[in-house]
Amino acid sequence: MSNSVRSGTEKSSHLFLTLIVLVLSTAFIVDAAYAGSWLSIKGDGNHDRRNKTAMKFLQDPEDALSQLPPDTAGNQVDWVKAIEEGYIQPRSNLYDHTEVRMMDLDIIMPETSTMNYVMFPHQQHTAWLDCKNCHPVFFEAEVGVSPVNMGAILEGEFCGRCHGAVSFPLTECNRCHSIIKGTFTGQFGAQYPEGANPEDYAYVPE
Amino acid sequence: MFQNKASRWIIVSLTLVFSLLLAGLPSVANAEYGDVILNKYSDANDMAPVIYPHWFHRIRFQCKVCHSELGFKMKAGGNDVTMADIVDGQFCGMCHNGEIAWTTENCELCHSGKPGLKSGIIGTHKTLGPGIW
Ligand code: HEC
Ligand code: HEC
Ligand code: HEC
Ligand code: HEC
Ligand code: HEC
Ligand code: HEC
Repeated sequence: MSNSVRSGTEKSSHLFLTLIVLVLSTAFIVDAAYAGSWLSIKGDGNHDRRNKTAMKFLQDPEDALSQLPPDTAGNQVDWVKAIEEGYIQPRSNLYDHTEVRMMDLDIIMPETSTMNYVMFPHQQHTAWLDCKNCHPVFFEAEVGVSPVNMGAILEGEFCGRCHGAVSFPLTECNRCHSIIKGTFTGQFGAQYPEGANPEDYAYVPE
Repeated sequence: MFQNKASRWIIVSLTLVFSLLLAGLPSVANAEYGDVILNKYSDANDMAPVIYPHWFHRIRFQCKVCHSELGFKMKAGGNDVTMADIVDGQFCGMCHNGEIAWTTENCELCHSGKPGLKSGIIGTHKTLGPGIW
């Protein structure tokens, strides 16, 4: 009895894996075919073509996005590169009294089953976001406290709040799972530089 | 359930067909990745739904400007935006005031959606939005 139950789950997990592999590989093929093509607002299915003013004055994504460093997913723009290489300089604040906070601290997350470890870089995120966009709403500012896992991410929680909505989508496994197992010998969690005082990196609610 | 090889292969090929369909479907998805439809009150008041483009704004502003400094909640439908508030200088009106961007008189530029669109974020050729695969 218990034996047949077990082999049943094994089979269905086998099928589930096949399904995932197939979906992803087809996604990659379709992806290649769609890279570098943006829908015009005239034919995107959402904008109303009868709205003459909008059709005349709104910008087509392609006009702007084709000028930026290319990517294969999401907006098909590598937004990190676009900032780092000076293609765009998005404003960080409207008011003088707003404190603009940036931080360089990598977090290595090891609960990845058979996948490579995840590296979360604060630097590239705080070039866009403030601490309070993530802490404590999506993550506690303390490693290992929030129950981050891939299932929840795919449901749109944690990293999946932004990735899959506005930032590069979740099909790009290796961009997050970027630390190859076996090449990393340090400590998991926050990668403070030699001699740094973690207190200097603490999250202050404002 | 999958006793023999033949039925296993049928399942595998069905999976292939479905995954092709799945992978292909989002490619006909609408709008640009990250566009948000705001239609809590528009249709109900005979106005076209609003389409807010993330791609356009993030070229000019970091996320923190809207989602921290100006206080937009990072949740589609999470902000209770009305036209009176906007004209009063809140939400979109914090910028669309004739100083940072053009004024609220340009109704058609924001109210540019087809009637009947559902509120929420739009995906792209890969995902249809968070949690929607
Ligand atoms: C936006 C970043 C991101 C992307 C993209 C991403 N992952 Fe993850 N993944 C994570 C994080 C974060 C964890 C949890 C790590 C931890 O808690 O130590 C995780 C955990 C996992 C785990 C461990 C099991 C579990 O349920 O948590 C697996 C397996 C996994 N991911 C597979 C994938 C696959 C396959 C893809 C591509 C389809 C993918 N991931 C894309 C961030 C990501
Ligand atoms: C895009 C989201 C995001 C932003 C923005 C962000 N963080 Fe984090 N932060 C994280 C994640 C994810 C972790 C790891 C959480 C975990 O492992 O559960 C983390 C961890 C931390 C930790 C814990 C380190 C440790 O040793 O345990 C601190 C402190 C921290 N962040 C401070 C900040 C500060 C200060 C800012 C603003 C300058 C900031 N964070 C901005 C996502 C973010
Ligand atoms: C609040 C929104 C938000 C959350 C939450 C978030 N990210 Fe991001 N992430 C961004 C933005 C914005 C970028 C810039 C690139 C883009 O938009 O595609 C980015 C870029 C990245 C990059 C690319 C860095 C590079 O050098 O190219 C990685 C890797 C990444 N995120 C991993 C993660 C992981 C892992 C998590 C969860 C632990 C996470 N992100 C959570 C918004 C977010
Ligand atoms: C900067 C963008 C913007 C402009 C310009 C704009 N609106 Fe709106 N308007 C919105 C948003 C956002 C909402 C909330 C949408 C929703 O949830 O239905 C809204 C809602 C409305 C509503 C719904 C009922 C209510 O009172 O909130 C009406 C009616 C409306 N607008 C009329 C107008 C008219 C008329 C103009 C031109 C004089 C105009 N709008 C210009 C963004 C704009
Ligand atoms: C010009 C203002 C503005 C900027 C800049 C901006 N956003 Fe948004 N964002 C909005 C508005 C408006 C909404 C929709 C809110 C609503 O429907 O109530 C939204 C919604 C969201 C959501 C919710 C999506 C969902 O599925 O619920 C996320 C995530 C998000 N933004 C992330 C980002 C990230 C990441 C950036 C920077 C790369 C960014 N935003 C830049 C105005 C902005
Ligand atoms: C942080 C400031 C800011 C906020 C907040 C903001 N916008 Fe804008 N928006 C701009 C700027 C700047 C432009 C470009 C104006 C120009 O070209 O003169 C713009 C342009 C636009 C355009 C025209 C895009 C095109 O194709 O030309 C639309 C549509 C729009 N905004 C809608 C909205 C809506 C809807 C909201 C509220 C949900 C909003 N904006 C909130 C700054 C903002």
